[in-house]
Order: sequence, then C-alpha cells, then structure tokens
Amino acid sequence: MNRINKKLQEDKKLLSIYFTAGYPKLNDTVEVIESLEKSGVDFIEIGLPFSDPLADGPTIQESSTAALENGMTSEVLFNQLKDIRKTVSIPLIIMGYFNPMMQYGVEAFCKKCAEIGIDGLIIPDLPVQDYNENYKAIFEKYGIINVFLITPQTSDERIRFIDSISNGFIYMVSSAGVTGAKNSFGDTQKTYFDRIAAMSLKAPQVIGFGISNAETFKQATLNAKGAIIGSAFVNNLSKNGIKSIPDFISSIR
Amino acid sequence: MSYFVDENGYYGQFGGAYIPEMLYPNVEELRQNYLKIMQEDSFKKEFDELLKEYVGRPTPLYFAKRLSEKYNTKIYLKREDLCHTGAHKVNNTIGQILMAKRLGKNRIIAETGAGQHGVATATVCALMGLECIVYMGEIDIARQAPNVARMKMLGATVIPALSGSRTLKDATNEAIRDWINNPVDTHYIIGSVVGPHPYPDMVARFQSVISEEIKWQLKEKEGKENPDYVIACVGGGSNAAGAFYHYLDDKEVGLIAVEAAGLGVDSGESAATSVLGNEGVIHGSKTLLMQTKDGQIIEPYSISAGLDYPGVGPLHAHLCESKRAEFISITDDEAMNAGLELCELEGIIPAIESSHALAVFNSKKFKKDDVVVLNLSGRGDKDLNTYIKYFKL
Repeated sequence: MNRINKKLQEDKKLLSIYFTAGYPKLNDTVEVIESLEKSGVDFIEIGLPFSDPLADGPTIQESSTAALENGMTSEVLFNQLKDIRKTVSIPLIIMGYFNPMMQYGVEAFCKKCAEIGIDGLIIPDLPVQDYNENYKAIFEKYGIINVFLITPQTSDERIRFIDSISNGFIYMVSSAGVTGAKNSFGDTQKTYFDRIAAMSLKAPQVIGFGISNAETFKQATLNAKGAIIGSAFVNNLSKNGIKSIPDFISSIR
Repeated sequence: MSYFVDENGYYGQFGGAYIPEMLYPNVEELRQNYLKIMQEDSFKKEFDELLKEYVGRPTPLYFAKRLSEKYNTKIYLKREDLCHTGAHKVNNTIGQILMAKRLGKNRIIAETGAGQHGVATATVCALMGLECIVYMGEIDIARQAPNVARMKMLGATVIPALSGSRTLKDATNEAIRDWINNPVDTHYIIGSVVGPHPYPDMVARFQSVISEEIKWQLKEKEGKENPDYVIACVGGGSNAAGAFYHYLDDKEVGLIAVEAAGLGVDSGESAATSVLGNEGVIHGSKTLLMQTKDGQIIEPYSISAGLDYPGVGPLHAHLCESKRAEFISITDDEAMNAGLELCELEGIIPAIESSHALAVFNSKKFKKDDVVVLNLSGRGDKDLNTYIKYFKL
C-alpha cells in the first residue's frame, strides 16, 4: 500500500508541510525534510520550483525564484533525494507545475519518483481531464498518487467526478485565491468546509492555502482529515532558519 | 488538415487549457458561452457598430506605390495603425468588453507589455463605465511612461508586476493571479491569441475582421479576394491571427509570420520562438516556448516591446509545425531600418512591431506581379523614444 494511503488510515488529524526545494540554500532540501519528520509532521510536500508559478502568492514566488537562482532543477532535486528513504519514512509528495515535468518527460519523472520513494504528485496546472486521458496509466504503472485540487467554486458534480478518480486525498483549496498565509477563516470558508463534509466523499480531504497557525489548523481540520501549511512555513524558514523548525511545528499542535 | 481550433481547444497538438483548478469555473463559463454570445444578433450589431463608429473601421487597404516600386512587387498595407488607440489591439478589447458585459462581469483586468493592449482595454472600460485594472511589469512601466499616463487618464489602475523578470510574462502571471483571487465578478481581457482555450480562438475571431476586410477590399482593387502573400509580425500573434484568419484554408495564399530575432537568433538576446522554442506550457496553453532544458521559461528580448513574448499563440505553433506559414526572424537593426524606410517612402511612421514585418522585403524576393498584403498593425507614435535613441534624431 502507498505510504499516503497508510497515513490517511491513521486515527488522527494530519499535519502536512510544504516547502520549496533548494531553499534557503540549494543543499538544505534533505535537512529540512529530516527535521520536519523528527518534529512530528505527518507528510511533506516538496516544492519543485518553477519560473512562473501562477497559483502562488508572493512568499512561494520568492522562494521559487531564489531556489532557481541557487541552481535547483528536477535533476538536482532527484539527486538530493536519492537516499532519502534511508532516513525518512513519512509520505513524500512533489508539488510542482507541469512544464518542468513535461520537459523531463512525464514517464521518466514518475519512474524516478518511484525509484526514490516519492509517493505522490500535485500538479496544479495539469487539468483533470488531461491527466485522466493521457497520464493516469503512467502514474498507476509506477504507483504514484496524483492529488487533485478543489476550490469553493468547484461544482458538486465536478467534485463527485474528482472524488471518483482520486486514489489518495483531495486537496481542498481553502478559499478563492493564490497561496498565502491567513490568520483566520471567515464564514465563507466555514460554509464551504461544511458543504464538502456533508458530501461524504470517498477520498479524505486535506485543506491547504491560508493555513498558518494553531487556530487555522484547528478550524481546517474540524471536518477535514488534515491540513497543509506552506507560505507560513516558508516565511518562518527564511526568517529563522532550519533550527527553528521544531518550534514552528510544535506551535501548530 | 484543419487550422482552426478543434472541439477540445487544440490546434493540432497545441492549445488546451493548462490552468489550475481555481480558474476552471471562470474559463469553463467563458468556453460554454463565447460562441453563443458572439453569434447573437444583438452582439454582432453592437460589435460592428462600435468597430465602425468608434474604432474607425474599415481601415484602408492602401496600395504602397513607392514601396512597391522599390521592391518591384505589388504591396498593399492594411492600415490597422489608423484604428482608434493606434493599433489593431482595440478590435479585440471591443469584442471582449461586450462579452464581459453579457457575462455580467463588472470588473476588468488585463496584462500589458508595451502598454498598447493596456491602453486599448482602459479605453473600452471608460467607454462602458467598467472598473479597469491593468498589470504591467515594473520595468515596462519605467520604459513606457506615456502609455502608463494614457491608461491613468482613461481611469485605469495600473499595478506594477514586481515578480520574476518584471516584464510582460510576469504581468500576465499577476493578471492570472488576480483572476484566481476574484473568480466571480471579474473578466480577464487577454490581449493576444494566447492563454487557455477559448482565449486563442476568441481573440482570433475578434481580430478576424482584418482579413474579412482585406478580402473585399482586394476584390475591389485587384478583382480577386486572395493575395499571393499575407505578411504579419508575431509576438503572441493576434494581428497575424486576424490577418491570416480567412486565408487559413486557402492554400494558394502564402502566410508569412515575422518574429523578432532581437540582436540575432543565436545571440542569446532574441524572441524568435519558432527557432529557439520547443513544446511547453505557458499561461495555460501548450505551445512553442522559449525555455531551459529544465523547463524554466526564458526571458526573451526584442527592441520591440510588443514582440518580446517567450511563446507564440497555439494557432501559430500549429501553423509553424505544419509549415502552413513561413516563419522569418528579423533583427532589431533590420526592423529599425525598414521602419525608417516606410517613413521616407510612404510618409507613414510604423510601430516597431510592424517594422519587423516590413523588413521581410529585404530578405525575401517577391515576383513582380505578386500581390503582397502586409498588416501594418500599429503606428509608431509610442515608439518615438526608441526611434530617437536608435537614429540619434
């Protein structure tokens, strides 16, 4: 069984962290991952930086630009991660835009992920339809889970369809917007969280975008299985460095 | 082979809608409605009237006698430079503002490079009384001050794009992020035949008035609708899409797309996507794209701010791969000299984008009785500073 599915069966609310690979320094990637696992994070999204990250707010844009300037590429990332399964056992997901994966070759990318022990991919700009028709078979061949996004604007019908083709979790984008930290959620988000909870979907839901602290984590996981913190973590990392990771994580729960 | 978009939004292998799920409802709403709305009688009537009374269409198809003599062929200039606001861009913004109104949107966003599309968008927003926000790279704001002032006078808010290389592609990223943040009340007026389906097709249809007019105008002047060649410059490719549109299936009409070679195709400072690009995804569309081996997008260069886009519209990628159109690259120097030559021979100061198309006469030989239509996409007023600096005027 894929590590993601195993983790989703655990009887607890899951905390996931996103960070940009190769940031703050090119060779920080492995140390950040190891520190996150030791701090009690349940799974990790490793951001593969892209020059034009359409769905990201300023924090992740800046960390991506810096990581690219540091020399991060798909090839470099795979080299950094080649022995990661000797030290890390929690699920690892690569999150990145489609173009770098397409240039690497989608099949070669999935194959490499499987060799290293990457469990899933999140590709915000790969359309559901395109994945379903052209890439699903490749992902399945290598046992890589593709994680789909839904938003407050996604129709019930489309959510049902996405649920039917999800074999891991559904990434619930908390609000209409790009990535970025928020201090609290308003009524609109609560209504949306309740609406999705009431749909009794097959795939567990993990909420991301706008989660930044203990309060937003608690609100998000009231109904959902877990939550993902990205920008707030990257902000903390750039201000306080890798040594601050345990404190940051313990402040969330 | 078809050169028009298929039902899935592709031109051959290019096109599609590679957008984050956050944009799906907006783009899907547009996809389901754009053809229906464009076919409504009331829409057509309003669009045609505005093009006639407000934009000043039809634009002349002018026989350039002295230019023709010099190159020993028959050259007609399609005078899009005479459109209100100074370029063909307004054909599209008129169409899209009417579309936005029918979709019930009250907030308009746009990206702009040199500022021509920004001005054309601010213009139609003023005309319709809609809120207008234009994203423009911080670097472009500094080098295109007159157009920034125009947009402000027209009531638009100009927001600097501070990310990445702070030019057109980053302004486009910022506009897309704005649309993600404002999914319900906002329409995004893309300025070229780029972006996710249905934008490339919708913009091409709005610009197709150019070739529609060329057909009947040429019939009047030459007794035939089809020229031997149509020449147009390509950045994203909206004026070329409009000039080629009604000739795509007429194989006897040669289509020549002119890209900016910048300092030279091999100089590292170029925007010749058809030569330097390969298949990739940018701004929601699979197309030819200038990128690193790792798939990071490369910042292009051209002296012309309207041609320095790292991709081309998917229609043009298809025309290039299928060899339906011939792609020619023209350097800064070749374009600047061709621009000056048009001033001297015909008394017309062209936009530097259009000057690239004009430079083709120096690199490609046409027959004496060939009828060649060149789409003069814009006027050179906006480029005076660049001309002054280049020619030390």
